[in-house]
Amino acid sequence: MKRNPLFLSSVSFSLLILLWAIITYFGDFSEQIFPNPFLVLASGVELFNDGTLLKHVVASLYRVTIGFYLAVILGIPLGIVLGRKYLVRQLINPIIQFLRPISPLAWIPLAMLWFGIGDQPAIFLIFLSSFFPLVVATTMAVNRINPVYFHVAANFNFSQQEVIKKIIIPAILPEVLTALRLTIAIAWLVVVAAEMIAVQSGLGYLILDARNALRMDIVMVGMIVIGMIGVLLDLIMLRLAKNDAIGWNKAS
Amino acid sequence: MGHILIQDLAKRYQNRRQHSRKNDIHAHEKIITVLEDVNLEFQDGEMVCILGPSGCGKSSLLRIIAGFDRATSGKILIDGQPILKPSSDYIFVFQHNGLLPWMTVWQNVELGLRHLDNEAEKEETIQEYISMVELDGFESYYPHQLSGGMQRRAELARAIVVNPELLIMDEPFSGLDFLTHLKMREEVVNMHQFINKTIVIVTHDIDDALVMADRVVVMGNASTKNILLNRKLAFGHPRNIEKIEGLRELRDELYLMLGVNYAV
Ligand SMILES: Nc1ncnc2c1ncn2[C@@H]1O[C@H](COP(=O)(O)OP(=O)(O)OP(=O)(O)O)[C@@H](O)[C@H]1O
Ligand SMILES: [Mg+2]
Repeated sequence: MKRNPLFLSSVSFSLLILLWAIITYFGDFSEQIFPNPFLVLASGVELFNDGTLLKHVVASLYRVTIGFYLAVILGIPLGIVLGRKYLVRQLINPIIQFLRPISPLAWIPLAMLWFGIGDQPAIFLIFLSSFFPLVVATTMAVNRINPVYFHVAANFNFSQQEVIKKIIIPAILPEVLTALRLTIAIAWLVVVAAEMIAVQSGLGYLILDARNALRMDIVMVGMIVIGMIGVLLDLIMLRLAKNDAIGWNKAS
Repeated sequence: MGHILIQDLAKRYQNRRQHSRKNDIHAHEKIITVLEDVNLEFQDGEMVCILGPSGCGKSSLLRIIAGFDRATSGKILIDGQPILKPSSDYIFVFQHNGLLPWMTVWQNVELGLRHLDNEAEKEETIQEYISMVELDGFESYYPHQLSGGMQRRAELARAIVVNPELLIMDEPFSGLDFLTHLKMREEVVNMHQFINKTIVIVTHDIDDALVMADRVVVMGNASTKNILLNRKLAFGHPRNIEKIEGLRELRDELYLMLGVNYAV
């Protein structure tokens, strides 16, 4: 018998919440340390009703969208150039490989110094977190394109523009979509961290602010919403990756 | 048109990534000569079959003819003109996966006609060539949805739809099952009689050469002699090897030349 996967995951979540309820009921924890699910739910509803939650969600999503978008429109073209031009790659790649392992969080002091307080430093950090993985993934994908396709392009007198539009982009699309999916998850991780430092809004700020007020119920509301939006973003990217434009790749 | 003159052609590869070990006697041989003193002339409209052991430089020669690669020295003239870059006048049919996998059969065949302004004429021509290779009904299929033989036929249609002066095919039948191989061979012969353009085919199958070729070229290694045989075959089509004495004799000769004692 094949169950609906949605059914199975609701079973596992129900069990998790049940476990949580049991632990908090018998565990004799203070509500300030480990609030029970009902309290968290009540706080969540309250935050939702007075609009606070929505405001923070929108703030976070806005930063992720802008930062991620910038990383995409700059990172993918750069990756294509690096993948195609041997000399440029030799020149630029070492720098990218050097900057890539530096956690975006390490940039926080500089980001705040350069951009002050507000959306900009957060967007900058998200951009950094997405930019390097996208450049590297695109470069590798371009590098892996079967040279036969470039021969075909030359044989049929493709212009430079046509090579990009009809060979490179379709060829790397499957890998780039996978990279986008991984990268948006990183961006989402980073936005929360960035908001704990550089701004006065967003889910990261909500959590930090609640911690300062010793409201662990609100902290947990923030965590749960972050998790849910993370899953949602992943589902959206997954849908994108099932795009018709890469249907040809099914065979491999 | 489609006359090919190859003069004193040489091709050397510089092997950049040599993992040289001290006791490796080949470590110092960074330059390998693949083609040396190659002189050939193919007449306009000839079907030329090139045979030769693996690694003797057949694909290298074809790549140079197609303009994908440069010769180290010597020259190739097509209709008196040196080849400077690839062009849709000389279409290369690839050994594996030459179709663009993200394009349908129709879109692949359309590649060579994409600059045509007259949509109706373009569609009619594409359909005509798809029908010629018997792929009616598969226009919107992607390459991975086709069998190996169908993929080759689609690529053939894409190649001849541009009416090239020269068709260059590198082992076009490899990887096909026996019957598909024979049918494809027949189709190429028919197509050749129809378009009447020069075709240069590399094959590992001696029978291919005997059945198809107007000219057989046997290649050997550059270290000994690159061109072992260059002979015109004046037999009509279709040919039955068993029934033509000259072909049977040539077959024995070719086997011997390629190092197989099949005949004796
Ligand atoms: N791009 C390259 N760089 C360096 N060496 C090469 C390159 N291409 C081919 N060679 C070498 O040139 C020789 C001839 O290769 P080529 O592909 O032309 O042989 P071939 O006759 O087509 O063989 P096969 O029948 O196996 O396809 C081989 O020794 C190969 O290692
Ligand atoms: Mg070869």
